[in-house]
Amino acid sequence: MSQKSPITTQEIEHNFREIAPPLTEAEAIFEANRCVYCFDAPCTRACPTHIDVPAFIKKIASGNLLGSARVIFDANPIGATCARVCPVEALCEGACVENVLMDKPIEIGRLQRYATDYVMERGRDLFKAGEPNGKSAGIIGCGPAGISCATYLARLGYDVTIYDRKPLAGGLNTYGMAEYKMTQKVSTEEAAMAEHLGVKFKLNTEIGTDISLSDLESHHDAIFLGTGLGATGRLNIPGEDLQGVYDALDFIEKIKARDWANVPIGRTVAVIGAGNTAIDAVTQARRLGAERVLMIYRRSQKEMPAYEYEYELAKKDAVEFWWQTAPVEIMAGEDGSRVAALRCVRMELGEPDSSGRRSAQAIAGSEFDIPVDMVIKALGQQKMREFFGNVAGLKLDNSGRVIVNRETMQTDNPKYFAGGDCVNGGREAVDASQAGKLAAMGIHKALTGEQVEFAGARIPLLEETQDIKSH
Amino acid sequence: MADLSVNFAGIKSPNPFWLASAPPTNMGSMVERAFDAGWGGAVWKTLGEPIVNVCSRLASIDMGPQRMMGLNNIELITDRPLDVNLREIRECKRKYPKNALIISLMVESKREAWHEIAKKVEDTGADGVELNFGCPHGMSERGMGAAMGQVPDYTCMVTEWVKEATKLPVIVKLTPNVTSILPPGRAAVKGGADALSLINTINSMMGVDLETMIPHPNVNGMAAHGGYCGPAVKPIALNMVSELARDPEVNIPISGIGGISTWRDAAEFLLLGATTVQVCTAVMHYGYRIVEDMIDGLSNYLDEKGFASVGDIIGMSTRRVTDWGNLDLHYKTVARIDHSLCIQCNLCHIACEDGAHQCVPLVEINGKRWPVVDEQECVGCNLCYLVCPSPGCISMVRLDDGSQPLTWREMTSRQPETMTGD
Ligand SMILES: Cc1cc2nc3c(=O)[nH]c(=O)nc-3n(C[C@H](O)[C@H](O)[C@H](O)COP(=O)(O)OP(=O)(O)OC[C@H]3O[C@@H](n4cnc5c(N)ncnc54)[C@H](O)[C@@H]3O)c2cc1C
Ligand SMILES: Cc1cc2nc3c(=O)[nH]c(=O)nc-3n(C[C@H](O)[C@H](O)[C@H](O)COP(=O)(O)O)c2cc1C
Ligand code: SF4
Ligand code: SF4
Ligand code: SF4
Repeated sequence: MSQKSPITTQEIEHNFREIAPPLTEAEAIFEANRCVYCFDAPCTRACPTHIDVPAFIKKIASGNLLGSARVIFDANPIGATCARVCPVEALCEGACVENVLMDKPIEIGRLQRYATDYVMERGRDLFKAGEPNGKSAGIIGCGPAGISCATYLARLGYDVTIYDRKPLAGGLNTYGMAEYKMTQKVSTEEAAMAEHLGVKFKLNTEIGTDISLSDLESHHDAIFLGTGLGATGRLNIPGEDLQGVYDALDFIEKIKARDWANVPIGRTVAVIGAGNTAIDAVTQARRLGAERVLMIYRRSQKEMPAYEYEYELAKKDAVEFWWQTAPVEIMAGEDGSRVAALRCVRMELGEPDSSGRRSAQAIAGSEFDIPVDMVIKALGQQKMREFFGNVAGLKLDNSGRVIVNRETMQTDNPKYFAGGDCVNGGREAVDASQAGKLAAMGIHKALTGEQVEFAGARIPLLEETQDIKSH
Repeated sequence: MADLSVNFAGIKSPNPFWLASAPPTNMGSMVERAFDAGWGGAVWKTLGEPIVNVCSRLASIDMGPQRMMGLNNIELITDRPLDVNLREIRECKRKYPKNALIISLMVESKREAWHEIAKKVEDTGADGVELNFGCPHGMSERGMGAAMGQVPDYTCMVTEWVKEATKLPVIVKLTPNVTSILPPGRAAVKGGADALSLINTINSMMGVDLETMIPHPNVNGMAAHGGYCGPAVKPIALNMVSELARDPEVNIPISGIGGISTWRDAAEFLLLGATTVQVCTAVMHYGYRIVEDMIDGLSNYLDEKGFASVGDIIGMSTRRVTDWGNLDLHYKTVARIDHSLCIQCNLCHIACEDGAHQCVPLVEINGKRWPVVDEQECVGCNLCYLVCPSPGCISMVRLDDGSQPLTWREMTSRQPETMTGD
């Protein structure tokens, strides 16, 4: 039996309204004119896809919204998603010179949304597919890395097919982003933009089971691995498989469908972990109507991996933080099958280890039980070592990340290129988008010898460093 | 994508965007970087007998947080040796054969001096010359620049001299520091000019430092009037361009200059009759890179409006400009306020109350005070619509049906006696 929310569907819809609503025309024009149009702009440097931010903002100010959107999508094929989900405080907006001048950065993310909405609402095609060059590329994984790589290859004239095991395109952009940041529509429409360029989508298709790697190799001249990360890690404690215990990714995926009646939610929910995914789980559990939401983390607030402003958001949602607390057992109630309590132990922090993190030791005899009726595991995703083991010659680093050449994204198997979470170990959508772009350039170089340069491939450097003339 | 190329008095340019003769076109390496950035043409910094500049040369006026709404300068013509400039012009034209390269000239009022410099420039392979009859400071004290442009006979005479000496298209750059732009414009045509460009800068005094009481820009405790340009001068330039474009005696192409910062500004100049536009201040503010959005924005605009070529819109709006006496006195509009967009700042009320016709009273509706237009009293002046900070909140609505237009001309020719008392 799935647990029902104590609040109405209307209340849930209201709770999941967009956290950053679109700018009105007046707001957008005001904000665009506030930008001082920096040269060699720090925001552009800070953006992993190096969107020419001052250019797109000035195009908003000049009323050239089509041109503005083109600047954005030229450097980042998932520019509409990024406008909503990027951790801008840590990226472009964090670097904006207006932080110094006015203590208030330009709202780059929301301006980016304003311009991209303009073309998405009108369904404008911004780019043309290249003249067919007779070469074919297979892309495994339809997340931001895969969509980006496919888009650029299609612009170069490649015959591109994307394979994904999921029924909808978009990867975690579609299945993972907090619903109050962005709905699935934005992400699937971005995929549709790639489709307009001629990219073929083979969804519900798992590589390794539905189609073998060797089949793929015989079909395509190059293969891009944009497979992201695997399932959420296990706690390895008793009771983990009781009813009412969920994997954070599964829980969020259910929310994304907005089929509120079928989204499970308890009255008292314990979320285990303190990364950004854990934050997304607590904030969304609250929005679904949970009365108490607890975040359980073995270390202290100082060590928590989530971004500061994500933590602030959770605080605003009245989440209870249980620092230096580790779960040792999930306990069933009288029926023996449903979760009723979480047994935890207090932790003591030792000296920093070689990685700089303080080790956490359980304090003997400190066990205590918290009554809960739902537990969400948000321990971070595992690497897909097994899958990559099937690609001949592919090398992984110690933590299971695919090793690539940082410029071309080529793996140790020259036919395979890779990028996104499977290479960086799990970062942001925008990093995956950039990796897809570099990989498209790398594939083209490997197959044709030609070095192309897409917008924002690198930090734009001044042509030459000018020497001060001495007299 | 629409075709942006233009033919300006025989000078071909890949797009209508040119740099005006000013610091951004000071030397070869700068003009080359500008062409690389996308500028279709450039008018070289005015050549002549090299001068010595003062050190502090620019001053500006801000509008709230917007810097340099208006810029003022007391810079003179080039301070570089003529042979160096000529060498770089030749080199630049050789490297950029497709771009329009026009050389601005100003020498003393002697026929031989103009002949000599015109021949030297023709020799470089440049596409045309522009006669600087506009500089309003410094050079005019020496009998050049505006001193020439303000006297139609001189304008005509010097234009003839240059036409005698060169086959290159001759553009005459006019000064706005005149009571009417028509006499100097017509004089240039009479002298054989192939095209006109305007405006050069406007006489101005930028302000006074209230601490030291020295006006800007301070040159060792003293200041001189300078030439005003930048966004603030655009309406003045647009008016002068449209007056010349409408004048039947002036049927040569016009290069519009003055306050152009974006593709929108440029499009307005084109619509009012300019074939090319020239830009100085906006480039001095933000760099050559601004031309990218000018090209992109204009071409998206043309596509959107269904025009295949920029030539299709040149002068399209000139037929919409007429004399006051031809305006329809029966055209009737009133202001209407959409309360759902009103932020209740009451600026419309006070503007109309103290600056117009007392017809936007504040009326109590459901316990709140709202501005409401008294449509009987409203004369449709637009003031409240202009001051309202909330977009779309006030609109001007047409009330007449357009069926009975009546102009002042028609009215006075029908019943002149009613107008005598005015
Ligand atoms: C809960 C959560 C919230 C997040 N929130 C944000 C955020 O707010 N902002 C942000 O910038 N980033 C966020 N991220 C990170 C971001 O989602 C990832 O960095 C990004 O999606 C990585 O892109 P990718 O293309 O590498 O992989 P993914 O998006 O994971 O896509 C990989 C795709 O490959 C498919 N696939 C894998 N193996 C196979 C196979 N064998 N056959 C077929 N298909 C396969 C998968 O089905 C998946 O669709 C979040 C991540 C999570 C987990
Ligand atoms: C610093 C400065 C120097 C200028 N020098 C010249 C010049 O040498 N010759 C000339 O014809 N115009 C000169 N001008 C005027 C510009 O070419 C142009 O006509 C004027 O600035 C208006 O355009 P804008 O509003 O785009 O600046 C100068 C303007 C400035 C600001
Ligand atoms: S750093 Fe800020 S002000 Fe400068 S260009 Fe970027 S957004 Fe504009
Ligand atoms: S702009 Fe350049 S030349 Fe002018 S004062 Fe500043 S540093 Fe000196
Ligand atoms: S100026 Fe505009 S916003 Fe202000 S009170 Fe009048 S109608 Fe309302």
